[in-house]
Amino acid sequence: MERKIVIPGDVVSDNIKMSGSGTYVHGDEVRASVYGLLNIGERYISVIPLAGKYIPHASDRVIGIITEVVYSNWIVDINSPYEGLLHISQYPRRIDAENMSRYLKVGDSILTMVASVDAGMKVELTLREKELRVLSNGRIVMINPTKMPRVIGRNGSMIRLLKSEIGCNMFVGQNGRIWINGSDDCVDLAIQTVRYIEDNAHTPGLTERVQAFLKAKEKTRYGRVHESRNDEE
Amino acid sequence: MSEKPEHFIVDGKRLDGRSVNELRPVKIELSPLDRADGSCYLEWGRNKIMAAVYGPRELHPRHRQNMTKAVVQYRYNMAAFSVDERIRPGHSRRSIEISKVGRDAFEYVIFTKFFPKTAIDIFIEVLQADAGTRTAGINAASLALADAGIPMRGLVSACAVGKVDGEIVLDLMKEEDNFGEADVPIAMTAGGKITHLQMDGNLTKEEFYEALKLAKIGCDKVYKLQRQALIEKYSKECAGNGEDASPEPEGDADE
Repeated sequence: MERKIVIPGDVVSDNIKMSGSGTYVHGDEVRASVYGLLNIGERYISVIPLAGKYIPHASDRVIGIITEVVYSNWIVDINSPYEGLLHISQYPRRIDAENMSRYLKVGDSILTMVASVDAGMKVELTLREKELRVLSNGRIVMINPTKMPRVIGRNGSMIRLLKSEIGCNMFVGQNGRIWINGSDDCVDLAIQTVRYIEDNAHTPGLTERVQAFLKAKEKTRYGRVHESRNDEE
Repeated sequence: MSEKPEHFIVDGKRLDGRSVNELRPVKIELSPLDRADGSCYLEWGRNKIMAAVYGPRELHPRHRQNMTKAVVQYRYNMAAFSVDERIRPGHSRRSIEISKVGRDAFEYVIFTKFFPKTAIDIFIEVLQADAGTRTAGINAASLALADAGIPMRGLVSACAVGKVDGEIVLDLMKEEDNFGEADVPIAMTAGGKITHLQMDGNLTKEEFYEALKLAKIGCDKVYKLQRQALIEKYSKECAGNGEDASPEPEGDADE
């Protein structure tokens, strides 16, 4: 589906009840507030931005990196203008405030969830949820957070494709960080594919294209194996 | 410095051959800077301007944070080599003033309420100056903001009007600026809301309204160029990556 490109101030609808994200109401018109692609839904008209920062919302799953350990809290970089706070009570086990950095030290990565965000943009994180944990292996790649939905795909179709085709474990954080774990070759391929998705994020038929991309990669991969065998002979 | 010419307008043509309601040629390049969140390089006649936008990002020092909205920081700076006679690098009385009015031109249009406690930093670097750098800077900043994905009510377009040889003209060039009778830089949104207006020199009330009308025409032209630049950037991106496109377009992905 070809989407129309809009710039801030463009009138996108005259029904103010349709105003969705990336739009604002001016008088009796809905206008775009960001530079991006117009998305006309059944109930809302929204604009998908082409750039922007990650702004945390409650129940977002994100990948964070510890930047500081303070009394009873870890301060976590969540790739956002706002820092995350992980309270000691949100660690999966009961631990002593005296030796917090035994469990999580500066530079450690965690797979975490935004528990709450208050009006002052204090972001509270938690590790007390299924799937959430401290990351001890794998690699993290960063992409533009606005392109995250494409890596996930509709109802997770893209991420399922990546996991099954490449055969590695992946977790996509809402904040633009992606954790990938598997053999070195798999992770390399996964990173290349993620970059491909990022570069082609706003083109139609992306899932098919990624399939084609992976198929092409597979050929060269096997081709290389084949060549090296020939060398041995 | 060049001498004052005897006449600014001869047979309806100005010193550089433009008519009274014509802009200088404009060239726009979007996202020339990789590390900035949004950027724009703008050539406006002989002006060369680089604009970069960072943010929303954490604001330091903390006490300057606003609990209800983002703080817009605008820095206008002229490179030492941007004019004939080398200027002392760093802030000057003039650059502080232009930074202040530039910031004010954008505070109204940016949805600062969406990003409490953060800063949105706009940097304008004048690489070559030839009159009208503050308006060119505002135009470039407006595009860089859009490029950074910052929510705004609309783009801001700016141009100057002035008076030379007793006539109201659009977009003053160096000689007209230096020796003309008035210089009025104006910035407005596409809807005609004025976010910036200064006046150097004297105009009568009638002349001022005429100038305002002319500025509206100029800003409309600038707006069209800005709009075109943004749309072209996107289509270029699609074309650049689309050479291996699969023929069947289908609405997949994203919620």
